[in-house]
Amino acid sequence: MSIFYFIAFLSILFAVLVISAKNPVHSILYLVLTFFTFTIQYILLNAQFVAIVNFIVYMGAILVLFLYTLMLINLNKNSEPMKTNLVKIAAVLGGGCLLVVVVAALKATGASDPVLFKDPNLGLVKNLGKVLFDEFLLPFEISSLLLLSAMVGAVLLATKDTKTA
Amino acid sequence: METGELIVRLVLIVVIFLISLVIAMYSTYAERKIAAFFQDRVGPNRAGPAGILQPLADGAKMFLKEEIIPTNSSKFLFIVGPSLAIMTACIGSAVIPWGQQIQIGSKLYDLQVTDINVGLLYIFGVVSLGVYGIMIGGWASNNKYSLLGAIRAASQNISYEIAMGLSIIALLMVTNTLSLKEIAAQQHGWHWNILRQPFGFILFIVCAFAETNRTPFDLPECETELVGGYHTEYSSMKLGFYLFAEYINMFVSGAVMATLYWGSYNYPGMDWVAGHTGPVIAPLIGTVVLFAKIFLFIFFFMWVRWTIPRFRYDQLMDLGWKGLIPLAIANIIGTGLWITFFK
Repeated sequence: MSIFYFIAFLSILFAVLVISAKNPVHSILYLVLTFFTFTIQYILLNAQFVAIVNFIVYMGAILVLFLYTLMLINLNKNSEPMKTNLVKIAAVLGGGCLLVVVVAALKATGASDPVLFKDPNLGLVKNLGKVLFDEFLLPFEISSLLLLSAMVGAVLLATKDTKTA
Repeated sequence: METGELIVRLVLIVVIFLISLVIAMYSTYAERKIAAFFQDRVGPNRAGPAGILQPLADGAKMFLKEEIIPTNSSKFLFIVGPSLAIMTACIGSAVIPWGQQIQIGSKLYDLQVTDINVGLLYIFGVVSLGVYGIMIGGWASNNKYSLLGAIRAASQNISYEIAMGLSIIALLMVTNTLSLKEIAAQQHGWHWNILRQPFGFILFIVCAFAETNRTPFDLPECETELVGGYHTEYSSMKLGFYLFAEYINMFVSGAVMATLYWGSYNYPGMDWVAGHTGPVIAPLIGTVVLFAKIFLFIFFFMWVRWTIPRFRYDQLMDLGWKGLIPLAIANIIGTGLWITFFK
C-alpha cells in the first residue's frame, strides 16, 4: 500500500508540474513521467496488458506526436495566444463537470463491488480478451466505431483546404 | 523467489549486460572491417593483431575527449538524451529467452531474466520509447540541424512502428501467445515461424531497419543534409552513447527477430544432440545457435548498409504509410483466412 501512495504522490506531483512548467516541451516531458507512474499503478493492480498498452500507446505514440508538434511550431511566450474570459469560464465549467462525473463514477464503483476483486487475474491478456470479446463485445465494438469516425473526421478536416482551392 | 534462483537471475542479468556491451563494441569493429571488405580496403589494422584492439582504443578516445555542452542548450535534457538512448537500448533484452532450461546441480533454471506474459508487447514498448532519447537530445542541443534530425527520427519511428505492430499481430494469430518463452518453445526442431509467416518477417525486418535508424533509413543522421543529425552538438562519451545505443539496438533487434521468426535456440536435430550431450551442454549449444543467428542478422544489417544508398525522406514516408501498412493489413487478413480454412 505504501508503494501505491508513493507512486500516487509522484503522479500528482508530475501532473502539477505539467501545468506549471513554463516551457511547453518541459511540460510534455512531465506528462510522459505522469503516464509512466500510471503504468506502474497498473502493474501494481496486476493489470499487465493495460499497463503495457498505456506504455505503448500513450508514452510511445501519442506523447511522441505531441512533442513532435511542439518542437515544430516552436511555442514561446510572445506567440502564445491570449485567452479571453469566456474561454476561461468555459474551461472551469468543463473541468467542474469532469470532476462531478469522476466522483460519481468512483461512488458507483464503490457501491457495486468491482469485478477486480472477484478475479485478481482479470488484467492478464487471456482473461481480459475473454471478457472484452464476450461479455462487453457491444461497448467494445461501439468504441472502435467511435475511433474510426474520429479518424475519418481528422482526415476530412486535413484535406478540406486542398479541395476548395 | 529462493536465493538460488535469485543468484542465477542476477548472474544472468550481469552476463547479458556485459555480452551486449561487448557485442556492441565489436560491432563497430566488424562494421569497419566489413565496410573495408566491401570497398576493397584493409580497414583498421594498427591496434593489435588485425586491429582487434581498435574498439578499446576508440573507447579510450571517446572518454578522454573534451566534453562540450553548448551554452544555449537545456543542460539537464542535453545529458538526459544520450542516457535515455542507451538505457532503452539495454532494457530490451530482459525478456528474451537465451536458451532452454539448464540444469545446475539438481535444479532446472530458465536462461531468461524474466518471462512476463506480455513479453512481446514489452519489446514493442521499449522500441517505441527509444525515440525519446533522440528527440530530447536533438531538441536540447538548440541547433536547427539537430532538431531536424530529431523530428525526422520521431516521424520515422512512429510511422514504422505501426507496420511493425501489424506484422506482430499476424505472428500472434499463429502463435496464440505473447510470451517469448512460449514462442521460442513452440518452434522446436525446425518448426520455425518463418515457415508460417515468411511475409510477416519481411515486413518486420524492414521496420527493424527503420527503428534502429540503419541505412537505408538513416535519415535522422544524414550528413549531406544535416551535418551530424540529432547528435551534431554532441562530443566525447555522450556522442559515444548515441553510437553505442545504435549497435546495442541492432543486437537486440537481431535477437528479437531470431526469437520470433528464426526458431530462437532451436535447430533441426536438437533432440538427437540433447540425447547425446545431457541437460547441461545441450541448452548451451542452443544458446550458441541463437547467438550465431543473431550475428548473421548483425552482418545482414551491415551488408545492407554498405550496399544500398539511403532513401529520400518523402520516399521513406511513402514506403511506410502507403507500402508497408496496407501490406501488413493484407498479411493479417491472409493469415486469418489461412487459419480459418486450413487449420
